[in-house]
Amino acid sequence: MKKKLVMIGNGMAGVSFVEQLLKLSPNRYDISIIGAEPHPNYNRIMLSSVLAGDASMNDIVLNDWDWYRDNGITLLAGHEAVGVDAERRTVSTKTGETLAYDELVFATGSLPFMLPIPGADKEGVIAFRDIKDCETMMEAAKHYRKAIVIGGGLLGLEAARGLLNLGMEVGVVHNGPCLMNRQLDETASRMLQAELEGQGMKFLLAKQSASITGEARVTGLTFKDGTHEEADLIVMAIGIRPNAQLASAGGVLVNDGIVVNDYMETSIPNVYAVGECVEHRGVAYGLVAPLYEQGAVLAKRLAGVESDGYHGSVLSTKLKVSGVNVFSAGRYTDEPGTKALRVQDELDGIYKKVVFENGRVVGAVLFGDTSDSSKLFSAIRSGKDYTGKEKEVLFGPSGGAGGKEPAGDADLVAAMSGDEIVCGCNGVTKDTLLEAIAEKGCVSVPELKACTKASAGCGGCKPLVEAILTTTLGADQVAAVKEGICGCTTLSRDEVVGAIQQMRLTTTKEVMHVLEWKHPEGCSKCRPALNYYLGMAFPEEHEDEQESRFVNERNHANIQKDGTYSVVPRIYGGVTTPEDLKRIAIVAEKYQVPLVKFTGGQRIDLLGVKKEDLPGMWKDLDMPSGYAYGKSLRTVKTCVGNTFCRFGTQDAIKMGVDLEKKFERLNTPHKVKLAVSGCPRNCAEATIKDLGVVAIDGGWELYVGGNGGTRVRAAELLTKVKTEEEVLLWTGAYLQYYRETANYMERTSEWSVRVGLDTIKKALEKQEDRDALNARIDQTLKLTKDPWKQIIESDELRSAFEALTATGSSEAAAQADVK
Amino acid sequence: MNGVAAGHISELPERSGRVFRMGSLELALFKLSDGTVKAVENLCPHKRGKLSEGIVCDHHVYCPLHDWKIDLHDGLVQAPDQGCVNTYQVEVDGNGNVIVYVKDAAESA
Repeated sequence: MKKKLVMIGNGMAGVSFVEQLLKLSPNRYDISIIGAEPHPNYNRIMLSSVLAGDASMNDIVLNDWDWYRDNGITLLAGHEAVGVDAERRTVSTKTGETLAYDELVFATGSLPFMLPIPGADKEGVIAFRDIKDCETMMEAAKHYRKAIVIGGGLLGLEAARGLLNLGMEVGVVHNGPCLMNRQLDETASRMLQAELEGQGMKFLLAKQSASITGEARVTGLTFKDGTHEEADLIVMAIGIRPNAQLASAGGVLVNDGIVVNDYMETSIPNVYAVGECVEHRGVAYGLVAPLYEQGAVLAKRLAGVESDGYHGSVLSTKLKVSGVNVFSAGRYTDEPGTKALRVQDELDGIYKKVVFENGRVVGAVLFGDTSDSSKLFSAIRSGKDYTGKEKEVLFGPSGGAGGKEPAGDADLVAAMSGDEIVCGCNGVTKDTLLEAIAEKGCVSVPELKACTKASAGCGGCKPLVEAILTTTLGADQVAAVKEGICGCTTLSRDEVVGAIQQMRLTTTKEVMHVLEWKHPEGCSKCRPALNYYLGMAFPEEHEDEQESRFVNERNHANIQKDGTYSVVPRIYGGVTTPEDLKRIAIVAEKYQVPLVKFTGGQRIDLLGVKKEDLPGMWKDLDMPSGYAYGKSLRTVKTCVGNTFCRFGTQDAIKMGVDLEKKFERLNTPHKVKLAVSGCPRNCAEATIKDLGVVAIDGGWELYVGGNGGTRVRAAELLTKVKTEEEVLLWTGAYLQYYRETANYMERTSEWSVRVGLDTIKKALEKQEDRDALNARIDQTLKLTKDPWKQIIESDELRSAFEALTATGSSEAAAQADVK
Repeated sequence: MNGVAAGHISELPERSGRVFRMGSLELALFKLSDGTVKAVENLCPHKRGKLSEGIVCDHHVYCPLHDWKIDLHDGLVQAPDQGCVNTYQVEVDGNGNVIVYVKDAAESA
């Protein structure tokens, strides 16, 4: 009979240990894992990406439910362990279950440290530690404006960046004078602060929090110096402490954390601990790499494999703070007896410092450019003597700063020891990668990623993974595999579109077949994308595939959370008439529309409509579809212009109506919003639109790539023109260039950053290029038809809006009715 | 188990959902590209999305609200999400009539 292994905790350190144990000894234990959160193991380091909206919860799952099932692990997710009886060898949970064990592992991680100041229990005061905290912050951002983050360390800055992305005003309070003082020296800290201030973060440094004000909910934070800051949300991110309470209550020796020896054994036989809950030789670690090293030792111990134990870790931090690469390791502050080599480049925002003691590298800080981090880290660990050639560490063998030849990839890889961790997020060592290359035949970075999870976290180690691959196999053996447009293919957008154009593919089925899609009918990501690309490439030949469109574009209305829809009729330029308004009012009453609302784009929204009522409403409205649901031209917002306004310089209304009439119904990679303002006061907010037209005396300015949504971005000036005709032609050329070069689901704001405004300007520079683009967009535009009218006029299309009902076996229907 | 005629096969467009209502019961019917018809309860276990409006790929449907992927063979939600929707047996008879087998009254309530 197999021995029973119970682990309390379902986080990164614990699950990594189980993975390593399964590799060494797959069938030795019956494994049960108790996890307090209702999720499988996820990458806690990536929580800030979830908060920033760059990743979803699914993206950061490291071990999905299948993994537990496939490995025969019993996972009690959402269960809290409440008691350990070391005598009887049992663990009890809050839900009343009792698990017997032969071996018990504590992987309880850490708890956020909450400042014990008055008011810390108010609503709106939270930590930043788990999915739930993330959700609280996202919810708060919807209703409140001002956030304060207490703690200018790594965690605090990540929380602050996320809140900034959510549109909140963020102030960061730090008790010391320098940010991230545990990872950076003063120079790097100041550079980071300047960068973050540029991104809109505010800093309150050298401030001691005294109390939190407010009734039920927080309203602000008062400091010991008597000053006060308003806040609707306070995030405490000052640090963590080992979560060792349960172990302590169970009689295990606990100091700051659960005390373990070099084999991760606690004071009680058959009870072990690993991860952030542990104190080893007086040190509790809060970074990932040491936790994986501990997990490896414990896995060997429990698999009965000999090892020389865990001897503590040299700490290094390599991370990306708000887009800035930062690295530090070892002792990087200046001390008596140390000498430092510094390089500071304020032009590119790069700073490097290497600290030597007796010719050996003992610490390093890198800011802006962290490509030397692996080399420096292994120099610290190896203790190699560089006396007399210290500068080679940064500048390579040729010495001085002049003729520098950066150390090649080969040297860098060769300098790494086998057990050195390459991917900090997932704890993948160089040896693991070499093994995957040699034994599993991985020849590309994506294959290595699939096989080992290296670079599957933050992606920061990708260059190093690539270097290891290239050095091991030789550059010509490495398969260049790009990440595909979705999980069904490895082909990029450009390759797919190129193939469509060259091979004249005209259906999604054909594309998937010819390009060897992994799933025969694709997925919800690639099907709509392919349908768009096909229609863009061959507007005449490609027949639009309704079944490959999202629900809103198929039903020509916006689905709401309760399954009802919203109806927005076209109101060109936001200009309506009493007749139209009366008709809308009559229709709203006839169909008992629960909510009538004006949209941000100057339209009228009829919300809460049943699917079956849609065609009837469209017929009664007798207005074209407003396309409020589509990846298409949404609205052209206008101001009054010189029609009535005393400041107006041009007829903004007519310009807007002309633009909307010309480009309505156009399929685009993502939604497109336009606006026309009649003077530089810009009341139509044209400079946060995909294309904004601003009238000036004697002409028009065209702004592009703006956005007023999740990430506000001001549009950039594309050109100035004199006539309304020119506005239409430039807009046509610009929109067609966007249609032809953007990724599906990429707004113009993202697209213009990716390809660069200069590229767009260059593509539209010549009259003949603009003419060619306009010819292509006109060809597409002339094929469009009003979808509401099409549906009203076709019995077949209309029937899709009706529900089927039982036509036979009436007694069954009657039975169902009775209940 | 009661067999109920829900309509004709020609009323189901390929790879698209169609709502079928019977009393308080609402099902989503799908004709897959191999011609078979599947029926599931028209309610995503996540946030009650209408599965009938989802994109159908092979024998999976993606919920239109938050893109959960559900296997139409067994109603199981695919990883990393989890859950299950009720499935109903469907037959197409020789005349093309689509027969849905609803479960006993107590079950379908």
